[in-house]
Amino acid sequence: MFEIVDKKVLAPNIKWIRVKAPLVAKSARAGQFIVLRLHEKGERIPLTLFKWHKEDGTIELVFQEVGKTTYELGSYEPGDKIMDIVGPLGKPTHIENYGTAIVVSGGVGAPIGYAVTRALKEAGNHVVSIIGFRNKQYVILEDEFRKVSDELLITTDDGSYVRKGFTTDVLKEYLANGGKADYVFTVGPVIMMKLIADITRKYGIKTDASLNPIMVDGTGMCGACRVTVGGEIKFACVDGPDFDAHQVNFDELLSRLTEYKEEERIALDRYVKGVH
Amino acid sequence: MAKPIKKKRIAVPEQDPKARIHNFNEVALGYTFELAKEEASRCLQCPYEYAPCIKGCPVNVNIPGFIKKILEEDIKGALEVIHETNSLPGITGRVCPQEQQCEMNCVMGKLGDKINIGKLERFVADYAREHGIMAETKIAPKNGKKVAIVGSGPSGLTAAADLIKMGYDVTVYEALHEPGGVLIYGIPEFRLPKDIVHYEVKFLKMIGAKIETNVVIGKTITLQELIDEYDAVFLGTGAGTPKFLNLPGVNCKGIYSANEFLTRINLMKAYKFPEYDTPIKVGKRLAVIGAGNVAMDAARSALRVGFEEVYILYRRTREYMTAREEEIHHAEEEGVKFMFLVSPVEFIGDENCNLKVVKLIMNKLGEPDSSGRRRPEPIPGTEFALEVDAVVFAIGQRPNKILYQEVPELKTTKWGTLVVDEKYRTTMRGVFAGGDAVRGEATVVLAMGDGKRAAKAIDEYIRTGEWPEEIKPKTF
Ligand SMILES: Cc1cc2nc3c(=O)[nH]c(=O)nc-3n(C[C@H](O)[C@H](O)[C@H](O)COP(=O)(O)OP(=O)(O)OC[C@H]3O[C@@H](n4cnc5c(N)ncnc54)[C@H](O)[C@@H]3O)c2cc1C
Ligand SMILES: Cc1cc2nc3c(=O)[nH]c(=O)nc-3n(C[C@H](O)[C@H](O)[C@H](O)COP(=O)(O)OP(=O)(O)OC[C@H]3O[C@@H](n4cnc5c(N)ncnc54)[C@H](O)[C@@H]3O)c2cc1C
Ligand code: SF4
Ligand code: FES
Repeated sequence: MFEIVDKKVLAPNIKWIRVKAPLVAKSARAGQFIVLRLHEKGERIPLTLFKWHKEDGTIELVFQEVGKTTYELGSYEPGDKIMDIVGPLGKPTHIENYGTAIVVSGGVGAPIGYAVTRALKEAGNHVVSIIGFRNKQYVILEDEFRKVSDELLITTDDGSYVRKGFTTDVLKEYLANGGKADYVFTVGPVIMMKLIADITRKYGIKTDASLNPIMVDGTGMCGACRVTVGGEIKFACVDGPDFDAHQVNFDELLSRLTEYKEEERIALDRYVKGVH
Repeated sequence: MAKPIKKKRIAVPEQDPKARIHNFNEVALGYTFELAKEEASRCLQCPYEYAPCIKGCPVNVNIPGFIKKILEEDIKGALEVIHETNSLPGITGRVCPQEQQCEMNCVMGKLGDKINIGKLERFVADYAREHGIMAETKIAPKNGKKVAIVGSGPSGLTAAADLIKMGYDVTVYEALHEPGGVLIYGIPEFRLPKDIVHYEVKFLKMIGAKIETNVVIGKTITLQELIDEYDAVFLGTGAGTPKFLNLPGVNCKGIYSANEFLTRINLMKAYKFPEYDTPIKVGKRLAVIGAGNVAMDAARSALRVGFEEVYILYRRTREYMTAREEEIHHAEEEGVKFMFLVSPVEFIGDENCNLKVVKLIMNKLGEPDSSGRRRPEPIPGTEFALEVDAVVFAIGQRPNKILYQEVPELKTTKWGTLVVDEKYRTTMRGVFAGGDAVRGEATVVLAMGDGKRAAKAIDEYIRTGEWPEEIKPKTF
């Protein structure tokens, strides 16, 4: 059992929790994730490690309530326990000193982007963070990013905070204005990652994307998380989750994420109506 | 003393096929005490040194020995005879391919039906479990040495039990949230009730094993950390990575590995969705590619979650199917349809890539390949379409590399299995391995046998400290 020791609401439907998971905290590295199961009847879902603390054996997670499991997790309070947490899973993001590194994060991709940004910064990179949100209400982790970025470019879809536009617009302008970029890391909605990859491909900038397919075990045992990269089948949970963004078949990933739409709706309806 | 020969096997009560395809309860109900005694009385009691059944069993269970005890109504005695070499009879009695092992050799086959050894073995285990009968277990005093077991499938569980009995302090690490390996996530409830696996795990804990679930060795804890902390390590990590054919459309929605399909159903209980949170998509027609136990399990599970029509698509012919005879028979009774000499060439989905059609090609059998089985050869121009809502790949699994991908010192073969010598020693000092991790996909009883022999080798290593300069690879 894994106890929740702290909790905050960061934005509507976006929550932050700190959980006791000493073994995970001890081994975690940027870009890795955990798989959790809330209780006996729960589903296994992956969430990325936002921060981790060896000293007190806790990990921090940020999640958006989108369906049954994440809503239910959102209802847990400090003192409540999560039945299973396994991790850290996936390969850590490859970190080196590239020179200038750009991290483009969208929405709840931000916590993943943050961990990678921090690691890139610690490795000596000049880090430019581009983070985008739907609107002002949804802006999260601004202070955190500021602390680990050399430049921080924030944008909102509707212009209600800092500027209007998508992260793709910001990256395009940055590059068009002669901004330096030796490496790009992107995480967020699939469409966004696809468009970011299209931009950096033109400039020939090495780009990794952190993929988020549906997962079951997270240990390479089921193939639910398979993605096509450079024409080959890869399992995101063990071969990734980071892949060369220029090789990823994003359309296929997008389509595979919709596989259980109908069932997800049934589960959420039932949960909202209070049937457990 | 001439006994009358009883030619006919005593039938095992089973659930009616029409009823059972709507539930996950066990299909074969097993012998009652009376029926078991009747079946046991058919055994000719071949002498131990000669008995061919014993030689056919990969772990050499003293079969006439335990059958005699059944006749004497001494179930504790029967269990103890079996336990001498097999600590999981409730499991092997259900899942061993007896017709290719012990029963294949049975002398009664020349006079009539062979003895139903598997079901008698199962009877002993079940009767003992249900009546609180335990085999006498001698546990040596603690010797102060520690062994780590990675993976809680049959090989790991068996190694753990034997090492505890020898006085070792044993910790089992399991990546999933429940111990049991394939016995829990793969083999369905209707063939191997999970209560039986739970019982074995409980027993192991009772005799002192620590079981740590949710720990992935290589991720949560490194192999090196285990080597530093323990006197020896056993890797029973199985062959859990599913293969897919990289054909056009293979990543359309509705195409699964058998592992995903079965894990959703068995481990995550998707057949109880939405009471349980993990879903499974149910359509009208499902096709399974492959014809081993895994394929039969997937096909029969598909019927039970509500698919109306289920096909087994196999590239060779009936006699080459590798599944247990009983599973094929049960699948047929339940209405699974078999299509032979076909291979998939393409998957076709709708505009959203929801699977609609699998395109198949007809084969003919050519020359035997290295396995001695005739190789299927596609016949040009024979493609045809089969409309389906779902396809399950059951074409084999590779060893799970999550552990070794970061440990180059651990040598693997070209099939991805770990290199070990005849004492199950890997290429890293103090690290042993067995089961599917060294054999590729094999069987429960072979994994169990490996666990037993590896436990002996581990004990020898810890006592003597001997390790060879070079590991001479054993081929399985
Ligand atoms: C490696 C990895 C890391 C992730 N990290 C985070 C994170 O840090 N924070 C966070 O909020 N989310 C993260 N996700 C997504 C998160 O796992 C899903 O939101 C969650 O599984 C939804 O479960 P649910 O039962 O609440 O919703 P469901 O009802 O199952 O699904 C609702 C919606 O979420 C989508 N969805 C379902 N499963 C996934 C999935 N595995 N990945 C993406 N979308 C999915 C569905 O397409 C659907 O639109 C990550 C996913 C992966 C694969
Ligand atoms: C669907 C199906 C049906 C089958 N039917 C039969 C049958 O009828 N009869 C028969 O004899 N055989 C059958 N088999 C084969 C049989 O189940 C296997 O041969 C046997 O389970 C192998 O045992 P094992 O101990 O080597 O590994 P497994 O049972 O595969 O267990 C390995 C365990 O190790 C864990 N693990 C892996 N890596 C790590 C890690 N790094 N850290 C921690 N834990 C890890 C895994 O999660 C798993 O729980 C079937 C297999 C399948 C898939
Ligand atoms: S372990 Fe398997 S092969 Fe051996 S006697 Fe039992 S059923 Fe037969
Ligand atoms: S989630 Fe099962 S293989 Fe990746």
